Amino acid sequence: MRFIFAGFGGQGVMLMGQILAYAGMIEGKNVTWMPSYGPEMRGGTANCTVVVSDEPVASPVVDKAETVVAMNIPSMIKFQNFLVENGYFFLNKSVIDREPDKKEDIKIYKIECNEIADKLGNLKVANMVMLGAVIGATKIVSKESVFKALEKKLTGKKAELIELNKKAIEEGMKKVSEQ
Amino acid sequence: MEKVMVKGTEAIGEAAIRAGCRHFFGYPITPQSELPEYMSKRLPEVDGVFLQTESEVATVNMLYGAACTGTRVMTSTSSPGFSLMMEGVSYMACAQLPAVFVNVVRGGPGLGDIQPAQGDYWQATKGGGHGDYKLIVLAPATVQEAVDLTVLAFDLADKYRTPTLILADGLLGQMMEPVEFPEFRDLSTLPDHSSWAMTGAKGRKPHIITSFDIDPYILEKMNLELVKKYREIEKNEVRWEEFKTEDADIVITAFGTVARIAKSVVEMARKDGLKVGLFRPITVWPFPYEPLKKLAEKVDLFFDVEMNMGQMLEDVKLAIGGEKPVAFYSRMGGVVPTPNEIYEALKKEFGRRE
Repeated sequence: MRFIFAGFGGQGVMLMGQILAYAGMIEGKNVTWMPSYGPEMRGGTANCTVVVSDEPVASPVVDKAETVVAMNIPSMIKFQNFLVENGYFFLNKSVIDREPDKKEDIKIYKIECNEIADKLGNLKVANMVMLGAVIGATKIVSKESVFKALEKKLTGKKAELIELNKKAIEEGMKKVSEQ
Repeated sequence: MEKVMVKGTEAIGEAAIRAGCRHFFGYPITPQSELPEYMSKRLPEVDGVFLQTESEVATVNMLYGAACTGTRVMTSTSSPGFSLMMEGVSYMACAQLPAVFVNVVRGGPGLGDIQPAQGDYWQATKGGGHGDYKLIVLAPATVQEAVDLTVLAFDLADKYRTPTLILADGLLGQMMEPVEFPEFRDLSTLPDHSSWAMTGAKGRKPHIITSFDIDPYILEKMNLELVKKYREIEKNEVRWEEFKTEDADIVITAFGTVARIAKSVVEMARKDGLKVGLFRPITVWPFPYEPLKKLAEKVDLFFDVEMNMGQMLEDVKLAIGGEKPVAFYSRMGGVVPTPNEIYEALKKEFGRRE
C-alpha cells in the first residue's frame, strides 16, 4: 500500500510517515520512507511517501497512492489526483475549509485533528490523531505496532510524550470508527 | 541481528564503521551532510577520528596520507565536491592506495541543484581525474545494498590496493528503509599492509609510496602494473542483477535508484502481459559487458533509463554491439522519473517497433 503524507513544515508529516513505516517494519513487512527535501519543501508543502508491502518494495517513488493524507489545502490540491480508485483521502478538517475537486470513487475522511489534539492538551499531536485515523480506516498496521514504533522513536526527553501520542492515536481511531 | 530503520547516508556511515573504518575526513555538501554528521558522532565512540576539513582538496589529500598508513579511511561528498577531489583521486590510484569514496550524486553540471541525479556516471567510470586509471565503482539501489556494498568497497580497496567509489544519489541518501547491519569487524583481522604501508621504518628499509617517476620507462612499468590489476578486477569483480529476464522480450537497463523504480515498471508490464525484465549493473566499473551481451541473444529490445543524458547508455550499446535496438528514456536536472512515466515511454517505444 502506497501512502503520501503532506502538510506544512512543522505539522509533523515526516514523523507520521516514519512511525507508520516503523510499525510496518515491526510487523515484518517491507517498507520504505522517502521525504521530499530541498526547494520543493519551501513551496508550501512538506511531504513524504511511505510504501508498506508484503513483497520487497521496488519503487519508493510513487505517482499513484492508495492513501493520501493532506494536513493543509495546498497538499489536498497537489496530491488529490494521485489517488487510485477506492483510495483513502484523509483531510485535516481543522485547516481545510473546502471540498476537494476529487470526490468520485474514493473514501474521504475529514478529521478535526487540531481540535482533538487541543483537547488532549497539546496541538503538536494533531499528526498522531491523523495517523490514528489512517490506521483505523486502512487497517494497514495494528495499534500495538504503532505504539511500539512510538516507544522506539520517542526516546530521551521525548519519552514523556509517548502516552499523549498514544492517546492521540486512539482518539483518531475512534473518530473514523464513528464515520 | 535486529532490523533498524535508517537513512541511506547514515546506513553507509554505520556500515563503514563496522567494516573497520576509523578515519573520516569530509566537507559538508547537500544532499549527503547527514553522513559526515553521523560520523562526527559515531567515530569518537569507537576511538576513531572525524575531521571536518577546510575543503574537498584538503579532504582527498588527508585521505592520501591516512591511506599510506594502511588504515581504513573514507570520505563522502556530492557531485561538485567530488570534482574538486579528482586530482587527489588520480594520485591515489597511481600510488595504489586503498580508500573508499562516496559520491551522493546531485543535479549538474556546474553547481546544479540538490536533487537526485546520475550525471556523474562518466566521471565515476571513465576517469574523471587525469591519466590512465580506474576506480571500482559500486552502485547500490536499496539502503540494505548500500550497507553491503560499503563493506565490500573497503574489502575490495584493500584486496586490490585501489580507491573504490560508492555511486549513490540523493534519493537513496535521504530515504529510510529497514536494514540489518553486519557484525563489527575485529580490527586485528583486517588485511596486513605491512609490506608497503608507512608503519615506521625502524629496522627495515623505508617504504616509498609515490605517484611519480621522471623516467618514462619506469612510469610505463607502473602503468602496466595498474593495467594488469584492472584486468584482474574485470575478471573477478563484475556484479549485476537480473530480474525476470528469463523469458523477457524487452529488457530495461538501469542502475541505482532508477533500477529500483524500473522494477515496479517490470511488475506493471507483466500484469499487462508484456514480457519485460530488468538488467541492473551493480558494479558500473567493471561493467557487466559479457552478461548483457549474452542477454542480447534472446531479447528484442533494450530500454535504457537514466537520470542523465545517456551515459551508461554508451556501455549498454558497447555490450550489445549493434545487434539489437537500444531505446533510451531520461530525466535530468534532479527530476526523478516515476514508474508510470517510464512505463508509458516504454509502451510507446514498443508500439512504434511492433
